Amino acid sequence: MVKAEAKNLSFYYGSVQALKNITLPILEHRVTALIGPSGCGKSTYLRCFNRMHDLYPYKHYEGEIILHPEGINIISPEVDPIEIRMRVSMVFQKPNPFPKSIYENVAYGLRVRGITKRRLVDENVEKALTEAALWEEAKDRLNDLAFNLSGGQQQRLCIARALATNPEILLFDEPTSALDPIATARIEELIHELKNRVTILIVTHNMQQAARVSDQTAFLYLGELIEYGETKTLFTNPKEKRTEDYITGRFG
Amino acid sequence: MEHTDKYYEQELKGLKEVILKMGGLVEEMITLSLKSLTERDTDPGEAIDQREREVNSLEIDIDDRCLQMLALRQPTASDLRFITIGLKIGKDLERIGDLAINIYEQAQELNHEPPLKPYIDLPLLATKTQAMVKKALDAFVNQEAGHAQEVCAMDDEADDLNQKIFQDLVGLMQKNPEAVLRGTRLITCAKHLERMADHATNIAEQVIFMVQGRDIRHGRSL
Repeated sequence: MVKAEAKNLSFYYGSVQALKNITLPILEHRVTALIGPSGCGKSTYLRCFNRMHDLYPYKHYEGEIILHPEGINIISPEVDPIEIRMRVSMVFQKPNPFPKSIYENVAYGLRVRGITKRRLVDENVEKALTEAALWEEAKDRLNDLAFNLSGGQQQRLCIARALATNPEILLFDEPTSALDPIATARIEELIHELKNRVTILIVTHNMQQAARVSDQTAFLYLGELIEYGETKTLFTNPKEKRTEDYITGRFG
Repeated sequence: MEHTDKYYEQELKGLKEVILKMGGLVEEMITLSLKSLTERDTDPGEAIDQREREVNSLEIDIDDRCLQMLALRQPTASDLRFITIGLKIGKDLERIGDLAINIYEQAQELNHEPPLKPYIDLPLLATKTQAMVKKALDAFVNQEAGHAQEVCAMDDEADDLNQKIFQDLVGLMQKNPEAVLRGTRLITCAKHLERMADHATNIAEQVIFMVQGRDIRHGRSL
């Protein structure tokens, strides 16, 4: 089942074309990894999915990103970006909790949504922290400042924050590049568990990470989609020479 | 295109060189053992033994290199296929070497006795097997799937020749009970040659996997 799909998607920063006519399905309850050398457009592509580019001037989209089941076009100006960001959440490269308590970080999105009943907020905070595998470590210190958590815990808090609004798609932009190997392994395990609930799109420079966590992989180069396929096929027997050269470390 | 990491590039080249060195030694072992069988030459004993020792240590060397690269380089795509077949080719070459030794040992015994009959099909099988091993190794060096496919096709001919030799010798032994011991030794030699051809075929199948990513073993989509 396709959860979302880019159709002939192009994106421009001013006059610079960062994405060139990309058509790519995102399968539901699967992890899709985007790989490619710096500047290939993978983060730009990811950011289209929750209209992050809207925050900056002089940008321009062409084509569409269809979100199923309704079939709405995510990048259409008529579609409210705030509503899209509720359904498509993002986790960034560096953990970026709000300067608030652990509890309030997770509750934030709920309050924005108008959920204020204490019991309901409590329940949802616990649920999101549990899903982000942080509840056991955080349950006795919910009122502590989020910055007191370790880096890996902060990143899981950001995942809990993203999960609290019950999104359908989670976007990860290099979610473990600032973490140590153990914290990385926990995030990867979490991604694996979360795909039962959400559809995941992850950008990573670490090809072994893409190979470990994803079901599908897309290789982008200079704004073009070079190859898309099952991860196990792409990493053992890619069809395109440029994919082969990139994943074996011959360029990029 | 070469790998950005020069050390990795060197490691991969080094593995290929070691496999080729082992292949060369195994080819020499076959030549020496066949010489002892078809030309009744009992001389090459030490030469074969010395190559076998070298082949055995190269098999371990290949395994070490492959394991190290798998652990430290996390190879992908054609590199991954090359390294994993490296492990298998090392094993096949070592087995071919062992079979050459077995043939040499049978030949030693046979050479103490008068020849049973003029050999006709046995040298044919020997030549074919030797050609298959050589072609499989050439296919590996040149990453040539076409040559590898030819080796797979030759395997049927080797099987047929082995079958023919078996039937001829059984017929001979039925007529002449004194021929049983020598006949059985010759059947064993033919069987060893046929097994060598099987190992050459394994190598060829692995080369096709390395080059094209297609697994054609056990009748899968040639």
